Amino acid sequence: MTERKPEGITPSQTVGPFFAYGLTPTGRYEWNDAFTNDLVTADASGERIRIEGQVFDGDGRPVPDCMLEIWQADAQGRFVDPKDKRALPNTKFRGFGRCGTGTNGEYAFDTIKPGAVPGPGGKPQAPHVLVAVFARGMLLHNYTRIYFDGEAANAADPVLALVPADRRLTLIAKKSGGSGYRFDIHLQGDNETVFFDV
Amino acid sequence: MTFAYPIDSNKAHPARLSPDYKSTVKRSPSKPLIIMPHTLSELTGPVYGHETVRPGDADLTTQHKGEPIGERIIVHGHVLDEDGHGVPNTLVEIWQANACGRYIHVRDQHPAPLDPNFTGAGRAQTNSEGYYKFVTMKPGAYPWGNHHNAWRPAHIHFSVFGHSFVSRLVTQMYFPGDPLFPFDPIFNSVTDAKARARMISDFDLENTQPEWALCYRFNLVLRGRDATPMEAK
Repeated sequence: MTERKPEGITPSQTVGPFFAYGLTPTGRYEWNDAFTNDLVTADASGERIRIEGQVFDGDGRPVPDCMLEIWQADAQGRFVDPKDKRALPNTKFRGFGRCGTGTNGEYAFDTIKPGAVPGPGGKPQAPHVLVAVFARGMLLHNYTRIYFDGEAANAADPVLALVPADRRLTLIAKKSGGSGYRFDIHLQGDNETVFFDV
Repeated sequence: MTFAYPIDSNKAHPARLSPDYKSTVKRSPSKPLIIMPHTLSELTGPVYGHETVRPGDADLTTQHKGEPIGERIIVHGHVLDEDGHGVPNTLVEIWQANACGRYIHVRDQHPAPLDPNFTGAGRAQTNSEGYYKFVTMKPGAYPWGNHHNAWRPAHIHFSVFGHSFVSRLVTQMYFPGDPLFPFDPIFNSVTDAKARARMISDFDLENTQPEWALCYRFNLVLRGRDATPMEAK
């Protein structure tokens, strides 16, 4: 066990084209799934929603070998992590999901609409879902956020406020009927999704 | 703007646009990333119980009737934070080509055999000191279409989580002395030689098992530290 301070972190490398067997087998491969795109548990309170969309490259072509991971608070705005001292241990909701894209770049998550989360300086953040985007051709994953159409709290959100006004809409999932929200991810180009340097 | 984790640590990573790796050209952002403070959302992350890892998941060689083809190896090490402290109880996922350089995947067209006795993926949870261990087969090099006569150096894909969502890391572990290193644009997308070296495992004679398997040691260093304050003020 080393006690020496490391010289630096381990660099990222691409997830490559062949991750599905290990990370997103979902019945297509023999290996089992550690995570799925269904975050809903029987005991989770809150509004059940489905977030779906497609991932596109700089030419507007669907990206079929992409993996999305999401991390979010529960309906009360609490994270399932001991570091969030407000967390309740009495729910199975984990707040984490993973989904590989299909041949048309499509993905979907079934989850619970998150509550507002504390932000910098004690100001609340509007309900949001964190997204990490992995793919062949991406040497390092991208971080983005999904906000929700029609949330009054978006106007005062401290992170959205850092985004140039003409790009904010790329972070807002649109209502698509029923419990559905639509959120497309454009890796590059005119409609490029806002990615964060964190 | 202040950050709970030093943002300079990210300089070890490759540039997202690394044109020698051709697929990055249309899949990397063309607009500037937005710098933002780390909030509770970024500084928390998924926590796993033992239900995620089943007994035997860390041995890729014994889940079928026969012995896999190739050279059996042990791969072990620690998952560390930026202070060198072990990251306990964190999930480590691996996947890799078999000894012939072939992946189990519908789109892998390399004319090399699949191995019905090799499990192409594994999973482990670090112990209280951040230690993990896998038993697997040494993966083969394989060709790819990036440029004429392009071959990937032998590697094992690693996916690790760490203390928070921003410590998430997907990387590749390489083997010491691989002659393909100078020609691989993915390996060389990491431009700092010292950072590149952190992706190469060390041959570990001390933990090599006589008459059974060579051993390689691979430590992964993730962003963050245990004592991180919850929020940048």
